Order: sequence, then C-alpha cells, then structure tokens
Amino acid sequence: MENFTPWSALAGGMLLGLSAVILLLFRGRIAGISGILSGLFTPHRGDTSWRVLFLVGMMLGALALIPLGFSIPDMPSSSWLIYVVAGLLVGIGTKLGNGCTSGHGICGMGRFSVRSVVATLVFMAVAIAVVLIRQMLGWV
Amino acid sequence: MINRVIALVAGMLFGMGMVISQMVDPAKVIGFLNITGNWDPSLALVMGGALMVFAPAYRFLIKPRNKAISGEALKVPTNKQIDAPLVFGAALFGIGWGAAGICPGPALTALVSGQKEIIFFIAAMALGQVVVLIWQRARLARLQQA
Repeated sequence: MENFTPWSALAGGMLLGLSAVILLLFRGRIAGISGILSGLFTPHRGDTSWRVLFLVGMMLGALALIPLGFSIPDMPSSSWLIYVVAGLLVGIGTKLGNGCTSGHGICGMGRFSVRSVVATLVFMAVAIAVVLIRQMLGWV
Repeated sequence: MINRVIALVAGMLFGMGMVISQMVDPAKVIGFLNITGNWDPSLALVMGGALMVFAPAYRFLIKPRNKAISGEALKVPTNKQIDAPLVFGAALFGIGWGAAGICPGPALTALVSGQKEIIFFIAAMALGQVVVLIWQRARLARLQQA
C-alpha cells in the first residue's frame, strides 16, 4: 500500500463531485463523460455547445495545473492494438450500458439509482477480474 | 453566454479533478484494480470524495427543484429497469477499462497531451459508440415496422 495517496485522491474526487453538481444544478445535465461524448453523434439544436465546452474545459483544466507541477503521465507503451481494442470495448459498453465511471459511478450512485449501482458493481468486478487475469499471465 | 461559461468551468473542474486524483494515470488505475497484487486503494477515495460532495448536493439542492437554474430541464435518467444491455454493456466497459486502465474521463482529459495511444483509444471509443447507435436505430426501426 506504499502507493496510497489518500489526500490527493479525496481532493480530486471532491472536484469531480463539485463539477457534477455545477453542471446539473445550473444546466440540468449529467456529468457522465461517455454520454457527453456520445451525445455529439446525435446532434440536437441547443444540445451541442455545452458538450464541446465541457470537454474542452476538461483539457484546459488539466493544462492549467501543469505550471503548478502536475503532469499528464505517459501512457504505458503497450501495442496500439491494446488501445484500439480497449477503446472499442469502452465505447460499445458505455453506449449499451448508458454510462461509465462518472455517469454511473458518481452521478448515478449519488442519486442512489439502482441501475447505476448495478452497472458500477458489474464494471468494477469485471475490470478487477481482467486485471487478475493479466496478473496471472504476467501482463501487469 | 453565462450558461456556456458554466459548462466550460464545470469541465475545467472535472479535468483538474482527473489530474489531481491521478485517475488520468493508467498505472494508478491498474494499481487500484489489482487487488491481489500491491493494492492501491486511492481510487476508492476518488469516488468517495466525489460522492461526499454530489450525493448531499443532489438530495438537498437539486432534487427539490423542477428545473435547472438556467431554466433548462433537469435531464436526470428515469429508466429504472435492470436489463441485459445495462449489465452486458457494463461488463464490456469493465473489460476495456481493465485492459488499458483508461476510462472516458481520463482519456478525454489526457487528449490534451496529444499522445498517440490516447488518440487511438478515443477514436476507437467514438467508433464503438457510433456502431451501437446505428445498431440501436436499426433495431428501433425494425420494432416500429413490426
């Protein structure tokens, strides 16, 4: 447990919660990133700009922290195929299941939505199982 | 205008949260999911911190309202059904998340670094979403014909 970083995890998590509160309270939208992205592929009048601004804001927020000594880590140099296959699964899965770690894990669980609790338990359990298998195969 | 600023600021807080919490680091995510290895429980506190803020604010500030402050509808999901697409979709997402250690929030935050791994991941994720969208539309059209 020497990698445990409780305070930065808690502080970062609180910022995610604050972001979700602001977006829902002021604009009536759920801060679920997979849904914010997929909504761009079925554009409706008046439903696009907030999505683009939120996504651009995410990147600007990250950039704004760089002068303070934070950084965006280098991705592990696995084969590009891993990133493509994982991306496809994440895209298909989040569209079918209506959400990801943010939409279900934060906004849904925070509303005590049973669907979101089920989705979160399923994707957590499956991801843990996948990492367990990777560990056994020596791919971690 | 103010509504646009709000969307941008909310996005910035989200991106900052992703970087500060280190969700944006796949190694950190895998360390959390790797419960039999050198387990790093940090990401449980990310979700805990987010819920500590969101759950009470939702209950006391948002739920009593019938509209957002902008006057827009509160677009809170109303579907209550635990169905196969929910469970199957969450499982596929879990496989992808465990394989690369990246989920949509960290991916879109890290896009600003321009790393090709992230570009591949996001392009594939968008493609996956579009494929499901096309499939869902075709299925709806078939059901409406029947």
